[in-house]
Amino acid sequence: MSESVASSPDELKEGTSGFTQDWSSDKQTFHAPWGKAMMWIFLLSDTFIFSCFLISYMKVRITTTVPWPNPSQVFALEAFGYPVPLLLIAIMTFILITSSGTMAMAVNFGYRKNRKVVVWLMTATALLGVSFVGMQAFEWSKLIEEGVRPWGNPFGAAQFGSCFFMITGFHGLHVTGGVIYLICIILKVRRGDYDRIDNYEAVEIVGLYWHFVDLVWVFIFAFFYLW
Amino acid sequence: MSSEEGQQHPIAIYLWIWLLLFVLSAFSYMVDIAGFQGILRWSLILLFMFLKAGIIIAVFMHMQWERLSLATAILGPPVVLIVFIGLMAIEGSYTEGLREYFFSPPEVTFSTPHH
Repeated sequence: MSESVASSPDELKEGTSGFTQDWSSDKQTFHAPWGKAMMWIFLLSDTFIFSCFLISYMKVRITTTVPWPNPSQVFALEAFGYPVPLLLIAIMTFILITSSGTMAMAVNFGYRKNRKVVVWLMTATALLGVSFVGMQAFEWSKLIEEGVRPWGNPFGAAQFGSCFFMITGFHGLHVTGGVIYLICIILKVRRGDYDRIDNYEAVEIVGLYWHFVDLVWVFIFAFFYLW
Repeated sequence: MSSEEGQQHPIAIYLWIWLLLFVLSAFSYMVDIAGFQGILRWSLILLFMFLKAGIIIAVFMHMQWERLSLATAILGPPVVLIVFIGLMAIEGSYTEGLREYFFSPPEVTFSTPHH
């Protein structure tokens, strides 16, 4: 169980008494690998950044007296001769969820020390991430072609463009960064670095980042595309 | 269970959660397809959003298996965002009211893209 926690001779308690025990003594607070705790703290700070973007989007949408463009129509895509609302966005959502699933499985197989399967699952995750970014690039160029700019657009309130490019752009940047991060870890897994130290924590940590990117998309999908 | 040993859980959990995320995403997409409007639309969107976010954090990110000290340190601070959102919503409605009042609603005409 917790023999490896040498910082306290006492046994770790669960629940609220464990909470008090963790915070009240002069010792390590988080009984988690430091890399994981630090990734969580980074993600917490990132949460605030994305929240600022979404809140500023809420504010300009409330304050404008010009009607907001209907995202259902703006993001419709022609399929089989009919305009299907949010088609590309729905596909992107499913791709990101699928990549989250493969990532979760990769973490699981990591702790089973199954190097080959981890490499395959993480490669699938990275490829799905790349396809997500590709579709976002397609969506951007489509909207730019239709005349959407950060300072105006033909569909309604001028702030629509700046909110769209800022929010989806920053999210896309996170996906791109995540793919690069994934590739770095994949190479290390392949090389057997984590078998040598008998510890696959790094896979779980990159997983945390990747799930966060998916998590942010859940909020963007709800507030920007569906609202 | 200490997380020192790493997060090891049966694969079935992940597959079920994966499926659940697909179903919830399909539901939130259906809200748009079905064309629900008003309070029904917003409450459904928020419901599916929070369910999805919750299970991603709890299961995929393993938060439900982490110790309470880590979970509260990470999940507690974002709660202040509710205050931030509330303040900005109130202030936003005020600004909108002023604009409605002082800049009488302009007759906006939208031109279709002409090139």
